[in-house]
Formats: sequence, structure tokens, C-alpha cells
Amino acid sequence: MAEKDIRQFNINFGPQHPAAHGVLRLVLELDGEVVERVDPHIGLLHRGTEKLIEHKTYLQAIGYFDRLDYVAPMNQEHAFCIATERLLDLEVPRRAQLIRVLYCEIGRILSHLLNITTQALDVGALTPPLWGFEEREKLMAFYERASGSRMHAKYFRIGGVHQDLPDKLVEDIAGFCETHEQVLDDIEGLLTHNRIFKQRNVDIGVVSLDDCFKYGFSGVMVRGSGAAWDLRRSQPYECYDELEFNIPIGKNGDCYDRYLIRMQEMRESLKIMRQCCSKLLAEERGAISSSNRKVVPPKRGEMKRSMEALIHHFKLYTEGVHVPAGEVYACVEAPKGEFGVYLIADGSNKPYRCKIRAPGFTHLAAMDFMNRGHMLADVSAILGSLDIVFGEIDR
Amino acid sequence: MANNVHIKKTAELTDLRDDLALQLGSNVLTSEINYGELTVEVRRSSIVNILKYLRDEARCQFEVLIDICGVDWPDRENRFEVVYHLLSPRLNQRIRIKLKTTERDPVPSSIPVFPAANWFEREAYDMFGILFSDHPDLRRLLTDYGFQGHPLRKDFPLTGHVEVRYDEEQKRVVYEPVRLTQEYRSFDFQSPWDGMGCPLPGDEKASKHAIESN
Repeated sequence: MAEKDIRQFNINFGPQHPAAHGVLRLVLELDGEVVERVDPHIGLLHRGTEKLIEHKTYLQAIGYFDRLDYVAPMNQEHAFCIATERLLDLEVPRRAQLIRVLYCEIGRILSHLLNITTQALDVGALTPPLWGFEEREKLMAFYERASGSRMHAKYFRIGGVHQDLPDKLVEDIAGFCETHEQVLDDIEGLLTHNRIFKQRNVDIGVVSLDDCFKYGFSGVMVRGSGAAWDLRRSQPYECYDELEFNIPIGKNGDCYDRYLIRMQEMRESLKIMRQCCSKLLAEERGAISSSNRKVVPPKRGEMKRSMEALIHHFKLYTEGVHVPAGEVYACVEAPKGEFGVYLIADGSNKPYRCKIRAPGFTHLAAMDFMNRGHMLADVSAILGSLDIVFGEIDR
Repeated sequence: MANNVHIKKTAELTDLRDDLALQLGSNVLTSEINYGELTVEVRRSSIVNILKYLRDEARCQFEVLIDICGVDWPDRENRFEVVYHLLSPRLNQRIRIKLKTTERDPVPSSIPVFPAANWFEREAYDMFGILFSDHPDLRRLLTDYGFQGHPLRKDFPLTGHVEVRYDEEQKRVVYEPVRLTQEYRSFDFQSPWDGMGCPLPGDEKASKHAIESN
């Protein structure tokens, strides 16, 4: 009996632990090396995003979405733009839809590259991050060439996107799609059949599909457990319904399946990007944002010539758009799962309430459930496979 | 094509709405379809039963709890709204359930139906001070250890009440009342052009003048 008492102890995992993927404090109750209870303490990165958005105009609010899941910024902006557009009953022109889809998929690759490689790092492999981050660097250069910023792009605007893409940029992205496949093969060569990587991930963190639904999982987490559930396919937005791509699903619902799905999803993203690039180059150069002048500010050139454009520009950048009263829930398939925005407008120029539904929040909430009975070393493997980014969880 | 899907969806939602009104009877207070989304307002005490019905009934199958959040309406008699978003992956359908509560009246916790509700309810408690009865662990979630107040209430200031800094002399982090070097700028965007609901300051003089001269 006395021996058992000695084996019980609590440890603090984080908030400064490299495998905690940000600022997570896990209070672990252990029996020897076996985890008995996990109590995640979150909120160390809480910045009051929802409160701030209530005090900002709709245009100003977009910037906060970049800072949620900061490894795939534009996917978040997308959800907010869709919500606002639905309230305003705004049609997004075709070219803008293609650009949005193109950049959402870039975001997906950005996120998956970061996740896969750091998960490999958590279980002991150092090379994949070095290779993966070089590719992320190239993708962030595409972000920069479109928006002027590598991360916090604020490129998606209500009614479309901020600026048009030059053809050279689209050609370069198409070129990237050709070379990136090789890099994915290389990373996969390091990991997929790697003995250590498999020992650390196969049959670890198994979740059944029923439990996935019970705990509110989405994205890769449910696909890993065998449900072909992807919002891009089941509730299509923008022009996803005319693009061709497959939805990889797993069988076992363990960490290894989730890794394989992410790997495959990047290849599917490349497929989508290729289609978008060829459509953008082949089709006629149309408008990149809605023509509703009461919502979308005029371009600078137009402003210099037209008095009305000048007035619109002034009004939209000071007072902003007045969104008619109503409430909508808009969601997108972000790299980490279903990212939703529940927006209540009261007819003024600021959102009355903007609840951000982050996919990582429910995943992390299930940490206790997923880790019980696992070994201490598995905690970091499971955490890695959940794809946690604290910007979106703490908000 | 997309339009047809939309019409089909709306028809499904109307069916669902009528069905719920029939099955749940007086527990459903209002229900409406806006922007292609079904919102049902229910009686607070019945929320657990309703969620269970929505999850288990073959026509609903809302198995996934997407979100629970609070909304603050300080002018209303029942100040808070608790909003539940549910998703049925099998039927590809969404629904929004709402209920009203106050600072004192607890909402029955929905953890027995959806384990995912745990953190969502903790967050709503943290941000709004909405109480959930029978919640096993209703602690604060996102705010600091020992935080006072509920930040997302409309009467909570954007800047908060305290600020922290590291004190070199005491060698620890200290909390102090917040001091703003510049007043928070809140602009009045009331446009004089649309509606004219509220008179501009000074306008009343004109009408007074008119009365006097008459």
C-alpha cells in the first residue's frame, strides 16, 4: 500500500514546455508513468478578441482573425467575411472566389506543414521541421506578394479580396505546386515508415467516431476516425463545389492516421490550387470585389477622379459599413476543423456580438478523455496530433 | 444548381420547425428561419430534455454540439441569452437553440447529453457570469487566476479594471488599477443623414425660437 502512495504524483506540463505548442499548462496526475487525469489550464494567451471586435468596425475586426490561428490566417478571415456577406446579402465575384479558395488552400498547407513537422519534432525527429519550414517560407512569400504581409494579411475583405493578383504571382504559385510534391515525398520518406515515428504514434490516442461526435470534434479529428465529413464538400462555400478533390479518411482514429490524413490533404490542396491557378490564368480578368459601393470602398485611382468615390472612401474608412440587424453562423473548413463565427449585428457599424468557434477548443477540452490511461510520453504525441494553436483557443 | 439546394434546404428546415413545434409543445417558445438558419427559442428548464430529443430522434440526429455561447442584452428583463449550435453530420443539418436567463437563475448543464459542453459552459460562466446547475467543475477558464468580473458583459469596460507589470523592487508581478495615458476614443457614428431619429445638440433652440416668435 505504502509503495502505491509514493507512485502518485502531480506534474506541471508547461506553460513553457516546447511540446506544449504555445502557452498551455497541463496539470497531470500520474500513477507512476500512467496518466490518471489531465487538467489543461488555458487562457494564458487570452487577448479578449471577442470584446475588442465589439468595439471595432467590421473592417477593423478582420485583422483580429489573422491573429487567432496564426499559422493559417486567411482561413479565419474567410469565416468572418462570409458571415458579414450573408448579413449584407452580398455576392462575391467569381475571380475573388477563386483567389479566396487559392489562399485558403495555401493556408491549409501552411498549417499542416507546421503540424506534421512539429509533431515529428515532439516525438524526436529534427529534420522534418527544417525541410517543412523552408516550404512554409515560400508560401508566406506568396502571402506577402498578395497582401504585403507574411502572416497577418487582412487580405480577404467584405465583398471580395483587397487587391488583384498579378499573373506572375499566379504562375509562381502554379510553379510551387509542381515542386512541392517532391518535398512532401521527402518528408513522407522520413516519417511514414519510420520505426520510431510509428512506435510513438500508431494506436496512440485512439478515438471512436461516436466519441468524436460526443466531444464536438471536427476536421481531421473526425476524418481520422472514419467519417467523410468535410465542410468544403458537404456544405460547400465559394466555388468548392466545382473543384475536384478527394477527402482522405482514416480507419483507426489514432495519431498515425491523423498524420497520414494531413499528409494526403496537402496533396489534395495542391490539386485544388492547381485548378484555381489554371482558372485564374485562363478566365477573363473580372472584378475582385463586389460592386456595391456602399460596402466596398473604391480604389485609389477612382478616388482621384470621382467626388462620389472620395465620399464613399471617406465614409467607409471612418464610419464603416452599417450591417442590417440579424444573426448568422458561418463556418469554414479551416485546417484544424470547423472554424465558425456567430455574428449578431444590431444595425450599427460594429458587431453586437461575435462569438468565435475555434476547432482546437473542443479538441483540447477532450484532452482529459483522450489521455487517460496513456503513458506520460504519449501526452505530447496526442497533443501534437490534435493540432493545437493557442491563438484560436484562448482568443 | 446552388439555388435548388437552397430551396430544398429551406423546405427541410420548415418541416423540422413544424415537427419540433408539434413534438415539444409548450417548451418551444418561438421558432423562425432567417438566412437559411433555423432558430428555436425554448424554455430554460427544458433545455436538457430538448437537447436529448434533438440528439436521439431519428428525424433530427443532432449529434454534434458545435458551440454554446452567451449574449448580453442589458436592457432586457432576462439579461442573458444562451445560444446552442448543433450539427447533424448524418443529415447535414444545423439548428440554433436559444434560451433566456438572468444573473441569478442557473441554466441546467447539458454535459450529460453532450460532454463537449463542459468547456463551453465554463467559458460562458467566465465571460458572462451565467450559472450552470449541476456542472461538475464550474471554474473560470480563459481569464487570469483570481480575476474579478465578467469581461464580455456590456457594462465591463474594454480596458478592464486592473493592469499588471513586473515590479523591480518587489521582484514580482503586481496588479494595479488601470491608468490610461490617453482616453479611449469612442466616436459617435450617429449619422445626421439617415432617419433623423435623434436631434443634433443645438437643434432644439431652433424650434424653441420658432415657438417664441409665434
